[in-house]
Amino acid sequence: MSRHEHTALAAARPDFAAIAAWIPHGASVLDLGCGDGSLLRYLQDKLQVRGYGVEIDDLNIVACIRSGVNVIQGDLESGLSGFESNAFDYVILSQTLQATRHTEPLMQEMLRVGREGIVSFPNFGYWRNRLNILNGNMPVSDDLPYQWYDTPNVHLCTLHDFETFCSEHRIHILDRRVMADGSEVKLLPNLLGSTAVYRFKRAG
Amino acid sequence: MSASVGIVSVQRAQFVSPLTFKSGAVLPCYELVYETYGTLNADRSNAVLVCHALSGNHHVAGYYAGDPKNVGWWDTMIGPGKPVDTDKFFVIGVNNLGGCHGSTGPSSINPDGGQPYGADFPVVTVEDWVQSQARLADLLGIRQFAAVMGGSLGGMQAMQWALSFPGRVRHVLAIATAPRLTAENIAFNDVARNAILTDPDFHDGHYYRHGTVPARGLRLARMLGHITYLSDDAMADKFGRQLRQGKLGYSYDIDFEIESYLRYQGDKFATYFDANTYLLMTKALDYFDPARDYGDNLDQAFAAARAGFLVVSFTTDWRFSPERSRAIVNALLHNRRNVSYAEITSTHGHDSFLMEHPHYHEVMRTYLDNIARECAA
Repeated sequence: MSRHEHTALAAARPDFAAIAAWIPHGASVLDLGCGDGSLLRYLQDKLQVRGYGVEIDDLNIVACIRSGVNVIQGDLESGLSGFESNAFDYVILSQTLQATRHTEPLMQEMLRVGREGIVSFPNFGYWRNRLNILNGNMPVSDDLPYQWYDTPNVHLCTLHDFETFCSEHRIHILDRRVMADGSEVKLLPNLLGSTAVYRFKRAG
Repeated sequence: MSASVGIVSVQRAQFVSPLTFKSGAVLPCYELVYETYGTLNADRSNAVLVCHALSGNHHVAGYYAGDPKNVGWWDTMIGPGKPVDTDKFFVIGVNNLGGCHGSTGPSSINPDGGQPYGADFPVVTVEDWVQSQARLADLLGIRQFAAVMGGSLGGMQAMQWALSFPGRVRHVLAIATAPRLTAENIAFNDVARNAILTDPDFHDGHYYRHGTVPARGLRLARMLGHITYLSDDAMADKFGRQLRQGKLGYSYDIDFEIESYLRYQGDKFATYFDANTYLLMTKALDYFDPARDYGDNLDQAFAAARAGFLVVSFTTDWRFSPERSRAIVNALLHNRRNVSYAEITSTHGHDSFLMEHPHYHEVMRTYLDNIARECAA
C-alpha cells in the first residue's frame, strides 16, 4: 500500500488510525472478523505488526490472501479455542462487536488470547440515531448502513452500555477514542460520537 | 478455459550414492522418474514440487504423445493460466520411492540377487521421500523451492519439507492433510493391508516370482479406500439406492449402482497398481507423525519450519477432517509463522482436493500468484 492509499484509508476508517496509535511497532495482533484484511495490511505496513485475521466469508479469505495478510477461516461464534492463552499482544474486534451473537463469551475469550483487547463499534446513542428513533424509525447511516430487516447487527449498544458491561465483567478500560465524521469528539461523547474505539484489559 | 501443458515426457534420474532410510535400511542406489512443466528461471527461484498421494505418481499434468487420454492426475490445478501457472512456475512431479510407476520400488530388480525386491523393499517414510526428493532437487540445481505442495499424503510430504529442510522451501501448500493419522484412519489402512496380506496370491510379498498378482486383496483395499474418500452426501447424490437392473436380484450379484461402481474402481485399480506399493504407501501414512520425536508436542515439531503455509481443508472430508488441518494451523500460529487457512465448502469428501472447485482454485491461485510475484521481484 502506498502512503497515499494509507492516508485515504485512514480518512475512510478513522478507527484504523485510532487503533494504530495504540499499537506499538512489531506487536502481535489478532484481528477478529478481519474482513478483507485492510486493517491488518495497514498495521503491517505502518507498524510491521505480526498479524493474523479470523474471517468466515469465502470472498474475504481470498481478499486477505491477495493482500498478503495471514487469515484463518473460522467462525468467531464457535469461540477462539484454537488459540493459546496470551498468544497475542492485541486482539482486535473492529466494527464487529455489534454483529456477534455470543458477545459476552467472545469478550472474555479476547482477553484470554490477548494481553489487551481493542474494540470499535457504532455508538447507538449518537444523536442522529436518537433522532431517528424519536421520529419513529430505525436508524440508517454510514455507520449503520442496514435496514432493520437485513441488518447483521444483533447487539447494538451505546458507550454507556459498553462501559457498564465492562465494569460488570471485570474488564478494565485503558483508553477510549470517540469520533464523528472522522474527527475526535471530547464533549458529550455518548451523544455526539458516532463511532467509539476502546482499549481494555482484564481487571486486577 | 485454461490450457493444458500439452505433451509431456517422463524423465529419469539415477542416484548411485546409498540412501539410508529412517528405519536404518539402506538403498544402495535408486532411480526416480519425474516430469517437469514450465521453465526454470535464471535465478532458479520459481520451482514448485508437487508431491503425490497414495495412488498418485509423477504424471501430474499434461498428456503423453499418442495417448491424449492419459491426463495427469492434477491437470485441473497445473498448467498455463491455471492456479499453479506453468507460465510462471517450473513444476516438478516425481514418483516416490517404493512406487510402481517407474521409480525404484518393490517391483524393481534388487541388485542383490537379481530378483524383484518384493517384500524386501524397505518400509519407506515421508521423511525418506523428502530426502530422496531433495537429492533430485540437487540434481536439477534447485537450492530452494518457491513452494512444495500436495494433498493428503502429498501434503504430509510438503509439511515435512518445511521441517527437514527449512531453508529449502519458501512456501508449503498443505491440502486435505493431517499432522498425523487418527486411530480410525490407521484402522482403515490396516483393513486394506490385511486384504492384501491375506490374499493367497500374495506369497509374502514375493508374488512376482510366483507369477501371481494379489488382485483380490488389492481390489478390496481400493474399494474400502474409495468409500472413505467420498462423503455420505456425495454417494447419496451420485448413486442413492439406484438399482443396476431396476429390480432386486435376490442373489449376491450386483444389485445397487454403488456396488457396481466400487467393484469397477477396484478392478481397474488392481490392473495397474502394485500391491506392495499400496502396503508401503499406507504405512508411510500411518507412520507420519512429526510430533512423536517431541513428546507429542506438535508446536515443538513445527518450531523448525520457516516457510509460509497455506493450509486448505474441505468441509465433508471425514478422512482428513478440517479439525486435523486446524491442528497444523495452530502449531504454526503458536510458532508465529505465516499461515493462512481456508476451509472449503465442498460435497466431495477427501476427493475434493482433486476436483475443479472455483473457490478452492481461487484460493490456490491467489496464494500462488503472490509467490510468483516474490519470484519475479
